Amino acid sequence: MRVDKMPGKVLYIDLTKGESWSEERQELFESWLGGTGVGIRLLQEECPSGTDPLSPRAPIILSIGPLNGFFPVATKTTATFKSPLTGELGESYAGGRLSLALRFAGHDAAVIRGQAEQPSYLSINDSVVKIKDATSIWGIDAQTTGVILRDCEPGVGRRSIIRIGPAGEARVRYAGVVVDTYRHFGRLGLGALFGSKRLKAMVISGTETMDVPDIRRYKEIYNRLYKTTVQTAVMEKYHDIGTSVNINVLNLLQGLPTENFRSSSFPEGEKISGEAFADNGLLRRVSCAGCPIGCVHIAALKTAFSKHHEFEVRKVSYDYEPIYSLGSNLGVDRSDGILQLIDVCERLGLDVMSAGVVLSWATEALQKGLITGKDTQDINLQWNNVDGYARALENIVKAPNEFYAALAQGADFAAQKYGGRDYAMTLGGNEVSGYHTGPASIVGQLVGVRHSHLDNAGYSIDQKAIKKHMDPEAIADEIIKEDNSRGVFNSLVCCLFARGVYTEENIIDSLGAVGIVKTEEDLHELGRRIFEEKYRFKAQEGFDLTHLHIPKRFYETVSAAGLVTPETVEEILRIYRKKRGWS
Amino acid sequence: MPDGQAAKEKKDNLAAKPGPRRRLKVAHPERCIGCDSCMFACSRIRTGTVSLQNSAIKVQTQGGIEGDFRVVVCRDCQDPPCAKACPAGALEKRPNGRAVFHKDRCTGCGSCEKACLVGAIAMGKENKPIKCIHCGACVDFCPHGVLELEEISPAAGG
Repeated sequence: MRVDKMPGKVLYIDLTKGESWSEERQELFESWLGGTGVGIRLLQEECPSGTDPLSPRAPIILSIGPLNGFFPVATKTTATFKSPLTGELGESYAGGRLSLALRFAGHDAAVIRGQAEQPSYLSINDSVVKIKDATSIWGIDAQTTGVILRDCEPGVGRRSIIRIGPAGEARVRYAGVVVDTYRHFGRLGLGALFGSKRLKAMVISGTETMDVPDIRRYKEIYNRLYKTTVQTAVMEKYHDIGTSVNINVLNLLQGLPTENFRSSSFPEGEKISGEAFADNGLLRRVSCAGCPIGCVHIAALKTAFSKHHEFEVRKVSYDYEPIYSLGSNLGVDRSDGILQLIDVCERLGLDVMSAGVVLSWATEALQKGLITGKDTQDINLQWNNVDGYARALENIVKAPNEFYAALAQGADFAAQKYGGRDYAMTLGGNEVSGYHTGPASIVGQLVGVRHSHLDNAGYSIDQKAIKKHMDPEAIADEIIKEDNSRGVFNSLVCCLFARGVYTEENIIDSLGAVGIVKTEEDLHELGRRIFEEKYRFKAQEGFDLTHLHIPKRFYETVSAAGLVTPETVEEILRIYRKKRGWS
Repeated sequence: MPDGQAAKEKKDNLAAKPGPRRRLKVAHPERCIGCDSCMFACSRIRTGTVSLQNSAIKVQTQGGIEGDFRVVVCRDCQDPPCAKACPAGALEKRPNGRAVFHKDRCTGCGSCEKACLVGAIAMGKENKPIKCIHCGACVDFCPHGVLELEEISPAAGG
């Protein structure tokens, strides 16, 4: 039991030696809070310059923060690693039940080193850590893996099961890790690291209990945050239609990437809108453990397999990003078609965003004759061909020829090999998310620590700038502010959907309630330091903000903010670098 | 919020005179989203801890998140098997039908847990049962109206 004490227990697992042990690292958590702050520092300790991300030397780091389990919507776990997709900082966040499972098992962070001799999975039940044989489930899809492990492991009802599918085993550079069926460490290829370590899954459960320094104060803050979360409009967007409400919004604004960014509005958008999904397919909503919102939208995908009213029914979760990447971006105009493609990605264990962008590049490359039917093995990759795309996804994992093996390395890799780099939609080496909103989205993903739209929400800055003009300097300022503050937020580790709930005042109060005293200045300083540490790692691995590739397509297709010019992007970048002190 | 209510309910509990009482009811289990807010409310308000273990109410997945949630609460039985099973008289049946828990008499044998088919007795700290007192703390923290407190007459119940 912990009273008025900083968390700090780091679990070390060495798969090569088959050993595990715990270390008290309170000083680390005192300086870096938790989550991504602790994650980046552990990565620096564990991952020497130039490490091959798919070698035994490369670590996998999972970390939670001081608020997980204590307050509503503090539901995320940070994964930190070297990305096999970009060759530099890999960072990903997952919800589900994982952060609570780690908290109640008593592990504030886990460092996984080495490589198992045979396929293995980790069973973590409180302080008991076992490395178990996973030979019989190697090759099995991610969903079935969860079903099987549920019957083999303790902690029924509240454990977390995280696993890879065949994509991770095959080390596809954008393979993800499926967390509790519907959430993911999706981006930047954590699944490939699991695969390279022959680590199929982790099952985590715990029974620990925590105390707080002052129960009255704790209840007071809890009640305030809970009330704000469930009773005000702050979270409304996430529990009605969900994030997919943005399909119609962005389509109308001309910010919805369509057919590989050839257009920014999709004439069939209405059919794949969040509203259409909610009306036609939505089955239920569920929550991550510890969050009263319930933003996880699950649809029933019902497919007839005979003429006699016999159906396959699958429960598939959806959000804005997969509807963009596997929907409008591939010209798919049917919600069931999109659900089918999401389901394929779920089973294979592929990141939906990267997978969609890789396929949209391939579709255009085939149209333009850079690749042929021989490369695609006669799969006709063309807009809206759902079955073709589904087969292509399977091939990316199986890699039956050089072409599919190239696709498994990411859009930029494939485009460097076959051409068409001007429309291989990546920034910083990462396939882009679903926003063609203007220059802030482009710059934001370029400079962002993990080249994600969530690093600094450039898409949101663009939308603000459309309503009220912002000059390049104001945009750069806003990106920096978000970069830094999200570093703190992601150290707590709260869900970014709750940033409206966790104001600076509420962060300070909630930390205070668990015995951690921080001032506003402390938090600002910490945000800056976390950002700098991440850039230290990025620079060490060769990332250089002055030599970046920006696909020309961004400048050819009108965005929500009109046509974006290279000059505007360059100008914001120049100011950004100067303000960061890098000019 | 529910603290005052809990205290009041506790007092009601201990009243020997049979009278109407309130009972926790899983009114709409299908509406559960599995957020566990009720469990946190129970442990926080009843035991002053942050825990899923120290909760009298239990929300569990069945067959993973893709399955249905199971919400387990005490049925406040008229003739409570948990009290009958207790060899130490720690769970005592009151004239109004409710079993109340005397911690000092409990030996932590776990017989009560086994006696409850519903699975509504949780063994908490020091291996002592966390017995639902039907205070309604969890009801106030259910965002989806799964839980209700119902008024029942002394004659009613399981």
